[in-house]
Amino acid sequence: MKEEIIKLDKVDKNYILGDSIVKAVRNASLTIRKGEFIAIVGPSGSGKSTLMNLIGALDLATKGRIFLEGKDIEHLEESELAVIRGNKIGFVFQTFNLIPTLTALENVTLPMVFQGFSKEERIERATELLKDVGLEERMKHLPGELSGGERQRVAIARALANNPDVILADEPTGNLDSKTGKHILEILKDLNKKGKTIIIVTHNLEMARKVDKIIKIKDGKIVK
Amino acid sequence: MKDFFFLAFNNLKRRKLRSWLTILGIFIGIAAVVSLISLGQGLQSFIHEQFEQVGGNKILVSPKTMMGMAGSATEEELVLTEDDLKAIRSVTGVEGAEGIVTRNSIISYKKESEVVMVAGMSEEYVEIFGNIDALKIIEGRQLRDSDKSNIVVGYNHIFGNLWDRKLKIGDDLEIKGKEFEIVGVLKKQGNPADDNAVWMEKETFRDLFDVGDNEGTITVKVKEGFNPDKVAEEIKEELRDERNEEEEQETFSVQTFSQLLETFNDIFAVVQVVLIGIAAISLLVGGIGIMNTMYMAVLERTKEIGTMKAVGAKNSDVLLIFLFESGLLGLVGGAIGIALGIGIGKAVEYIATAQLGTPYLQAVFGFPLIIGALIFSFIVGCLSGILPALQAAKLKPAEALRYE
Ligand SMILES: Nc1ncnc2c1ncn2[C@@H]1O[C@H](COP(=O)(O)OP(=O)(O)OP(=O)(O)O)[C@@H](O)[C@H]1O
Ligand SMILES: [Mg+2]
Repeated sequence: MKEEIIKLDKVDKNYILGDSIVKAVRNASLTIRKGEFIAIVGPSGSGKSTLMNLIGALDLATKGRIFLEGKDIEHLEESELAVIRGNKIGFVFQTFNLIPTLTALENVTLPMVFQGFSKEERIERATELLKDVGLEERMKHLPGELSGGERQRVAIARALANNPDVILADEPTGNLDSKTGKHILEILKDLNKKGKTIIIVTHNLEMARKVDKIIKIKDGKIVK
Repeated sequence: MKDFFFLAFNNLKRRKLRSWLTILGIFIGIAAVVSLISLGQGLQSFIHEQFEQVGGNKILVSPKTMMGMAGSATEEELVLTEDDLKAIRSVTGVEGAEGIVTRNSIISYKKESEVVMVAGMSEEYVEIFGNIDALKIIEGRQLRDSDKSNIVVGYNHIFGNLWDRKLKIGDDLEIKGKEFEIVGVLKKQGNPADDNAVWMEKETFRDLFDVGDNEGTITVKVKEGFNPDKVAEEIKEELRDERNEEEEQETFSVQTFSQLLETFNDIFAVVQVVLIGIAAISLLVGGIGIMNTMYMAVLERTKEIGTMKAVGAKNSDVLLIFLFESGLLGLVGGAIGIALGIGIGKAVEYIATAQLGTPYLQAVFGFPLIIGALIFSFIVGCLSGILPALQAAKLKPAEALRYE
């Protein structure tokens, strides 16, 4: 058995909207081990994104505890959380979320800027990463000049910038046609083969079948 | 750091028009500050030079004006006479003292008439104070006590447009029914009052204008080694005795040039404060413009801020990026403002010089002024950006990412 990398222990996440409480995640417990490829599935509004945000330290739980490499992230400072997000986790979003004023290359270097790498190191690594996703011809292009699939590949390169152990992808193919989506999933599978732990939110059941483990979620509860 | 600057700069470029409009708000204020300070400094240094040239060793004694006087004093008593002059000369430390009397009068050349200042001056005055600019003759000669029907005229009579035809040495002017021949012309002073003036021998003036032994305003030269302020005090005492006046009730005033300079500096400081105050208000408005722009930017880029945090930006990183952005707005505004301010200052200097004919008003642009204005505008930008930047920094990553 491989080592545990992420562990949720009876986690609740509530949102307060005016005087009503939205229980987005309820009593969620799960364990993810190094190198696993996990798919989170469930109907819209069931709490998948909320769960991802909790795993990725983008948000804090209302109740319960979340461990990242054995460390309880509840007790970390804002700046320590930022370092975790920067170094340990790579995010891929449905809407790509590239910075529109920066070129593909600059977007990929951005996570390294916040970790204080020198310009030479950044450019060297970002160039490498963009080559890996087949975009060496597009490095100087702005996001607006790229297709959806190309943008998502830039986003994946960006997620890998600081060589994180975990990649979190929230519906990474949601805005792409099925052929392009397949390509993106191939890339993610490849990364998994190279040892990355990958957690992905998807509606694509065919895809979900190929993963190591499926986490089904309904009304904020993990059902299996 | 440098990378944050790059990010900030990049963001400004994307909203070019808005950035320029925001910058416009700042650079008007900075331009006002720079041009006002430079002209102020120029004017101040010019005045100081003038005082230096006139010399700190002079004292001015003049009748108090009617303004602010109790009703008891009549016009008659407010005059300085020959007795007063004698009393002043008797004070130790006084090297010499002479009065100049002036009246405004109609003077005529052929069929033309003008109202100008006519002044009466003795040869002794020229001897004592002859080296000052106001007495420099550029053509002909200075007045002598024997000049009973000769005059020296201001620059405009000969070289200006005071008369339809430019006069020349030897021409006659009629003053109060008497003909006077021009024997000399004075250097250009740059103000019409002096450049239109006519000077004649003092006794002749007194007869002509029927002013008895009126001395007008008396200028005193202090002997080498004496303190002008002390001598001025003694003159005051002597005159009080001689005129039988109580302290604080004097009908005359005694001023040293250093006191005049101080008075000038006081007035100047007030004017400066008022002008800078106006400039400060315009800068404040510019700062609010920056703040507004930055708030809009934070709102617009909420999702981007969330993304930056997701890829590892700390709150402090986001804060710095936005502060740099607003600081840059200020800095660019400052740079343009300085350029514009120098332009305005030089333009005013040029116009003033053309109008007055002498370089009274020189815009002075010191290195400290320019660097100071740059730093100041950067700080104004940063200060204006603090609140929006804090708001950006405090955004919760998950919520910022959800923002549409
Ligand atoms: N910041 C928030 N404030 C209030 N309610 C929220 C917030 N974020 C999520 N919710 C609510 O929590 C529930 C779960 O939302 P979440 O985004 O996790 O769903 P999801 O499973 O990702 O849905 P989808 O498949 O449509 O992306 C929803 O009912 C949503 O309205
Ligand atoms: Mg979702």
